[in-house]
Amino acid sequence: MRDLLRSGTGGGFVPPSSSDFELPPIFGDNAYTTKPIFLVFLSVILISTFFILASRKAAVVPSKLQFAGESVYSFVRNELARDVIGHGFLRFVPYLFTLFTFILVNNVFGIIPLLQFPTMSRISFPYVLAVTVYFVFHYVGIRKQGAFKYFKEIMFMPGVPKAAYILITPLEILTFFVVRPLTLALRLFANMFAGHLLLLVFILGGEHLLQGVIGLKLISPFAFAVGIVLTFFEFMVQVLQAYIFTLLAALYIAGALADEH
Amino acid sequence: MQFLNLAAEEKINPLIPHTAELVVGAIAFILLFLTLRKFVTPMFEKAFTERTNAIQGGIERAEKAQLEAQRALAQYTEQLANAQAEAQVLREDARVQGAAIIEDLRIKAQEEAARITATAQASIEAQRQQAITSLRTEVGALAVELASKIVGESLDDEARQSRVVDRFLEDLETTNN
Repeated sequence: MRDLLRSGTGGGFVPPSSSDFELPPIFGDNAYTTKPIFLVFLSVILISTFFILASRKAAVVPSKLQFAGESVYSFVRNELARDVIGHGFLRFVPYLFTLFTFILVNNVFGIIPLLQFPTMSRISFPYVLAVTVYFVFHYVGIRKQGAFKYFKEIMFMPGVPKAAYILITPLEILTFFVVRPLTLALRLFANMFAGHLLLLVFILGGEHLLQGVIGLKLISPFAFAVGIVLTFFEFMVQVLQAYIFTLLAALYIAGALADEH
Repeated sequence: MQFLNLAAEEKINPLIPHTAELVVGAIAFILLFLTLRKFVTPMFEKAFTERTNAIQGGIERAEKAQLEAQRALAQYTEQLANAQAEAQVLREDARVQGAAIIEDLRIKAQEEAARITATAQASIEAQRQQAITSLRTEVGALAVELASKIVGESLDDEARQSRVVDRFLEDLETTNN
């Protein structure tokens, strides 16, 4: 599509835009055969295979593979679930572990050669994940405290002067039912989207400079160099975003489990 | 959505989700969740539990072994103390017995000495008695002999008398010697 556009405009540089994220179906018109969809399935296969192989033997003295898998698992289990949720954290570990690995692998796809597309830059996937978080934390809150008490404490925060409820109640409702899931999805999406766009700018820009006059050709390596540096930076952002998303999910669950907000 | 269609291809709102992606995202996530929950997390938890048990078991075993060692040490110390006490008693016994034996021997020796002394004294007494007896007979005989000598001589003067007596006594001394 990009090549088509470029040839259509007679070689002028077309800056990368949101249309670069709208990849056409690979097979005909079938919307289920786009690159992001294949990447998501690929991530499921990769994560499942890796962790099943790593945990299959589950020995007291771990093999290298088991140790690698365990490191990721115990990071989510101890640093995220246990430290944030505390008592009774164990039943949320599979969910948080799935969140973290799923987001991490799909994010890192953005800098893997040949794949080079962060799946989470497609808003649909962060939406789905945020919806699961939304349901999980409200569900555990209702289960723990009963529907009435749970919603009452969200709307009328205990220990606040009555007059303040005029201001606080709408804000609290907005926070719990709209802002939290929305920001969760948007933060992840925006980071991946912007990061990928940034890489596109420098890599495609470098490529375009290479086709220009000799002076521009000399600048081109600098664009590529920045692109490479940004790739490392992107890796950091991708890991960080997976961590933040899982951390916030754990925090929301912990908040719903706590007696007072 | 209307304005999106009107806008050029380039003006796509990236915040509008696609149905296909929503469906696939949900299916993929649930699939991954079920797989990890069924096959992965229980195995890791099992390994963690086993590891904890192994470490705890090891510590407990070590503690037990240490306790055992302490008990054995206490036992040996006690046995050693007992043995020393026993040796002390034996030594004391031996010393007492030795003293008794020496005392016994000393008494026996004293008795023997007393017996020998007594025997000697008895022997001396007998000899003395014998000497007295024999002396008595001899003194008699001598007296008789002296008397006969005195009678034989003329006892004129006192000077002669005393000479006779002196001579007798001299004779007596020489014979006694």
